[in-house]
Amino acid sequence: MARMATTRRVMISTAAAWLFGFLIFFPILWMGLASFKTELEAFAIPPSFLFFHWTTENYATVQERSDYLHHAMNSIIIAGGSTLIALLIAIPAAWSMAFSPTKRTKDILLWMLSTKMMPPVGVLVPIYLIYKSLGLLDSRIGLVFILCLGNLPIVIWMLFTYFKEIPRDILEAARMDGATIGRELVYVLTPMAIPGLASTLLLNLILAWNEAFWTLNLSTSSAAPLTTFIASYSSPEGLFWAKLSAASTLAIAPILVLGWFSQKQLVRGLTFGAVK
Amino acid sequence: MATRQTQFLARSLLTPAVGLLFIWMIVPLGLTIYFSTLHYSLLDPGSESFVGLENFRYFLTDPAFLASLQNTLVLVGSVLALTILLGIPLALLMDQPVIGRNFVRLMVIAPFFVMPTVSALVWKNLLMHPVSGLFAWLASLFGLTPIDWFNDVPLFAVILIVTWQWLPFATLILLTALQSLDEEQKEAAEMDGASAVSTFIYITLPHLARPITVVILIETIFLLTVFAEIFVTTGGGPGLQTTNIAFLIYSQALIQFDVGSASAGGLVAVVIANIVAFFLVRIVGRNLEA
Repeated sequence: MARMATTRRVMISTAAAWLFGFLIFFPILWMGLASFKTELEAFAIPPSFLFFHWTTENYATVQERSDYLHHAMNSIIIAGGSTLIALLIAIPAAWSMAFSPTKRTKDILLWMLSTKMMPPVGVLVPIYLIYKSLGLLDSRIGLVFILCLGNLPIVIWMLFTYFKEIPRDILEAARMDGATIGRELVYVLTPMAIPGLASTLLLNLILAWNEAFWTLNLSTSSAAPLTTFIASYSSPEGLFWAKLSAASTLAIAPILVLGWFSQKQLVRGLTFGAVK
Repeated sequence: MATRQTQFLARSLLTPAVGLLFIWMIVPLGLTIYFSTLHYSLLDPGSESFVGLENFRYFLTDPAFLASLQNTLVLVGSVLALTILLGIPLALLMDQPVIGRNFVRLMVIAPFFVMPTVSALVWKNLLMHPVSGLFAWLASLFGLTPIDWFNDVPLFAVILIVTWQWLPFATLILLTALQSLDEEQKEAAEMDGASAVSTFIYITLPHLARPITVVILIETIFLLTVFAEIFVTTGGGPGLQTTNIAFLIYSQALIQFDVGSASAGGLVAVVIANIVAFFLVRIVGRNLEA
């Protein structure tokens, strides 16, 4: 009897969870489907769900007409570049705070966190004017720089919480055995830090890829990453739903895959370790 | 000797990060403060002059400011309420024994990884278009008049889109917290004959208090500066109906080129965000001790 009840409970919760999961995912699925429709079918009423004329021509058109790959490349360079530079600056800092903490370490960490709280719109004007006078508007290097600084506090925090979990006994053992700091770093710390580094890298790639305040305000065409490129579809002239869907599907697909791999780290990273 | 060396090394490793963040924080903010005291319009170069607090008076008494402050509060408040009220049952559901739970998780978390411009445009066109959108078709199936989302209820439409983006975040954090809840405690309560409802109220909900606070604070930080969703769907309109503070400052700076009053607005935004940040930093700081 109890067993029956349990099976029934599993069935009900499974059905409910799948239903809500499907509803939440549906807009993405619907966009994916629209990307394989012709423009006419994409806004036909009643809509067709599966039985339409499947075509991949939208993907070809998006590339031909708007040089999609150019913008994808910008996204890769801007997201990748800003993440890598942030890591290079953050690794030593996090390492130092995790392994040689001083009285002020906590204050420094909280201060770093507070810089992330500054709303970007509060400094939009000076950044825009500085970039204008330096000729950095619509340049990849300008965006790399600003996204790097914007994400630096999160990168340091994530690395710090991961480094903190590396057992200190191991370090002491290595030191007793006469390992220098350099050797300690290469043979002991690095292998243990790699999982943390990988998840930090992943989460920040995602954040930088999807960043849509600075990219929209500081890039227009030649340095425009996918966020800005997709926004150009918002102009009311003509409705190109199928092409919008194709461009969007390509823009989110890689990050969706990366994101699915990094769900656990997402919680940790975005809550600054407050929820694990 | 060795420790002094280590200390020196540690400090020099920390310096670049601290220095960069310090410059990043102080220089633009200092310039914003400086600009906010100037009459400074990009359309009228060379006419910069010191006007004291005039820009603040102008910005704060502008009817657009009150409208956008109200929109900001409604947007932030509604999205917070919706993501938490929907996130709790969703997290509870996903914490149940569910066949294929990992796959359901993937579906639920997906919207969070969609870039804001994509989610806004997909919702605006494919779903909410008053004639050809899926919602219009669904409404007609039930014999209802389709809603012209971005004309009739523009702010609500933006709220729906932003809620869709942030529901996964709230759910995922609440689910993570639920999974760390001590099963034995719940079982003990059940054995003592506690009903599911009272187990929820007296055990689960108190356990969720902290993650809910964290969700509220972090979402608030991001929601105060919602920008792309408004930029590509309504452009702040119709009228000022979807203009929030972030968008108002943007339009004063880069559409009206009024540097002075946009800077004053920027500082107002910084002050509002700092009030929220104060609480978040305290909570995270407390956690750092543990």
